[in-house]
Amino acid sequence: MGLPATVLSSVSDPGLDEAAKSLTTDRIQEVVNRVITKETAARFRTYLNTCVHCGLCSDACHWFLSNDRDPRFSPVGKVKQTVWEILRKKGRVDPYFLKECSRIAHTECNGCRRCSMYCPFGIDIAYMLFVIRRICSLCGMVPQFLQDTVNSHAVTFNQMWVKQDEWIDTLQWQEEDARSEITTARIPIDKEGAEIFYSVIAPEPKILAQLIGNIAQIMAIAKMDWTMPSFDGWDNSNMAMFSGDFEIMGRVERAHHEAALKLKVKRIVMGECGHAFRGAVYDGPRWLGWQGPPVPVIHAVDFYHELIFSGKIKIARKFEETVTVQEPCNIVRGRGLGQKLREIIAATCADFRPPEPGFEHNFCCGAGGGVINCGPPWKLSRVKGNSVKAEQLARTKAHIVITPCHNCHSGIEDIISTYKLGQHVKFFSEILMQVIEIPDELKAE
Amino acid sequence: MYNFVSGPLVWIAFVVFVGGILYQIVRLVRLAKRDKVVLPYMSLKYGLISLVHWIVPFASKNMRERYEVTIVTFAFHLCLVLLPIFLLAHVVMFSFAWGAKWATVSESTALLLTIVVILAAVFFLARRLMMPEVRFVTFASDYLLLAIAAAPFVTGFMANRQWFDYDTMVIIHMISGAVMLMAIPFTRLSHMLFFPFTRAYMGSEFGAVRHAKDW
Repeated sequence: MGLPATVLSSVSDPGLDEAAKSLTTDRIQEVVNRVITKETAARFRTYLNTCVHCGLCSDACHWFLSNDRDPRFSPVGKVKQTVWEILRKKGRVDPYFLKECSRIAHTECNGCRRCSMYCPFGIDIAYMLFVIRRICSLCGMVPQFLQDTVNSHAVTFNQMWVKQDEWIDTLQWQEEDARSEITTARIPIDKEGAEIFYSVIAPEPKILAQLIGNIAQIMAIAKMDWTMPSFDGWDNSNMAMFSGDFEIMGRVERAHHEAALKLKVKRIVMGECGHAFRGAVYDGPRWLGWQGPPVPVIHAVDFYHELIFSGKIKIARKFEETVTVQEPCNIVRGRGLGQKLREIIAATCADFRPPEPGFEHNFCCGAGGGVINCGPPWKLSRVKGNSVKAEQLARTKAHIVITPCHNCHSGIEDIISTYKLGQHVKFFSEILMQVIEIPDELKAE
Repeated sequence: MYNFVSGPLVWIAFVVFVGGILYQIVRLVRLAKRDKVVLPYMSLKYGLISLVHWIVPFASKNMRERYEVTIVTFAFHLCLVLLPIFLLAHVVMFSFAWGAKWATVSESTALLLTIVVILAAVFFLARRLMMPEVRFVTFASDYLLLAIAAAPFVTGFMANRQWFDYDTMVIIHMISGAVMLMAIPFTRLSHMLFFPFTRAYMGSEFGAVRHAKDW
């Protein structure tokens, strides 16, 4: 199974091509030296000196395994082609070389950290490639589609150029939709002192608004005290984290947390997204100099687990179709939510087919880490780089793949259609809406 | 020549070895303070848990998947460290110079352990030459480091078996041992020193911060 092993001719991406035209070797060297001396320290140096070039990380990486074990895709191979080469030349590399670095670091690594679980020394290989992303970003060398989302973050504090009136309109529209089925469904806006601040990624109001309606119904059934902000900070996504523009990453996370602090909530609950959790809980706070998030952040999977197992929501019937699960890197490897995820699936689905390997050892969907956000020019490379996922999904013989993460949802969808697996993806909330028990008094006519 | 190699050179080797290790540790701590996300998140408990899972053979998934590498690597490192300490010839020399002595292995055991190290080194060499993903990241320095680590055992074996001229062989053996000791703090052989820290950091990140397993 797999796409034919054709060699991809060089992909045309204006974000890289145009940058290459205006960059110089001197400028690149200046940026490289600044990043390495001022922004890296123990980890970068120690990982370089501790890696004994054993190659054991290779078997971890879906890119390597799916590209016929081509060493250019192994984690250490990717570091060799970028970090080692840049250091060997003391930063004096030409713009076309930096373009290749961006191709490798931005589009051929998802930062999923599966390799750190295979390296005997626990080297953070994803971190090494993220240093390359940082260098590339500071040189303006970022795939165009990814840079566009970063620009949107910078201008509108959300990823999708959503304006404030569109945001509020969307919330009111979804509230109406939700109320047409559940009479008490509301989306309280700017409610100070609420228990829960619910945040979403910008694609939700843009192209997946029904998910907002879903959560309004779930909150109504569970009788939760919640709110959403009308102002900037409603978007918990963070593409700047992936392009290497850490300044914007910090601004976006600060806006998100400050919105929650402004509304004096007890906790932030976020929708089904992996990288948003990572940005809000790890990468953002660290850049901002915080030990952790100032307001506790709860991922949707954790929240659904709480609702189901505390009895706040009841399950009326089980979902009958055969299901399997895509275990998102950022909440399973990244938060240990693998067990809770399996438990909420067990509570709601009749026929679950576990993926193998599973839990922390599951493969990345290939879309995360900013890779799918690099857009259509890189799609072929991305699906070609994850045939192991297709094989894994096919082996489960399940009809539905539950994807509690937006990037996984899109990435798995692309894999299913490319490899013609005949499966369908669903967010967990979509399944929950089909099986949740709606008390009679809440049902609309 | 023999007197220099068994006297001052040993001193030099150990001073460079110990001094180099101390220097690297101090440098590591300094750099760790500058790398602001390292120290605040280190956890002794989770660092140790991760370390245990990677120092007990087959306790981690990749150690089970790559069982052949696990077996050879553990055999290699155990013998590499234990043999110089418990070899009769070494203990005799140490006892002659400093008085103290301790248990030793029998000559046949020592021979076996030496052969294990040499065969393991051959395995590593074969791996570098034959597996594409390893060859891709192999440079001259990697072959050199393997040679430096294997040389004391190869030359020790040859001296013990009295191949070639014994006196010359023994001198070369001692030089190779000194070279290896001095190389450890300043080359990738320093993984011996650094890996507990990188492992503990990843264990802390995965275990304490992310509540997940990294094995």
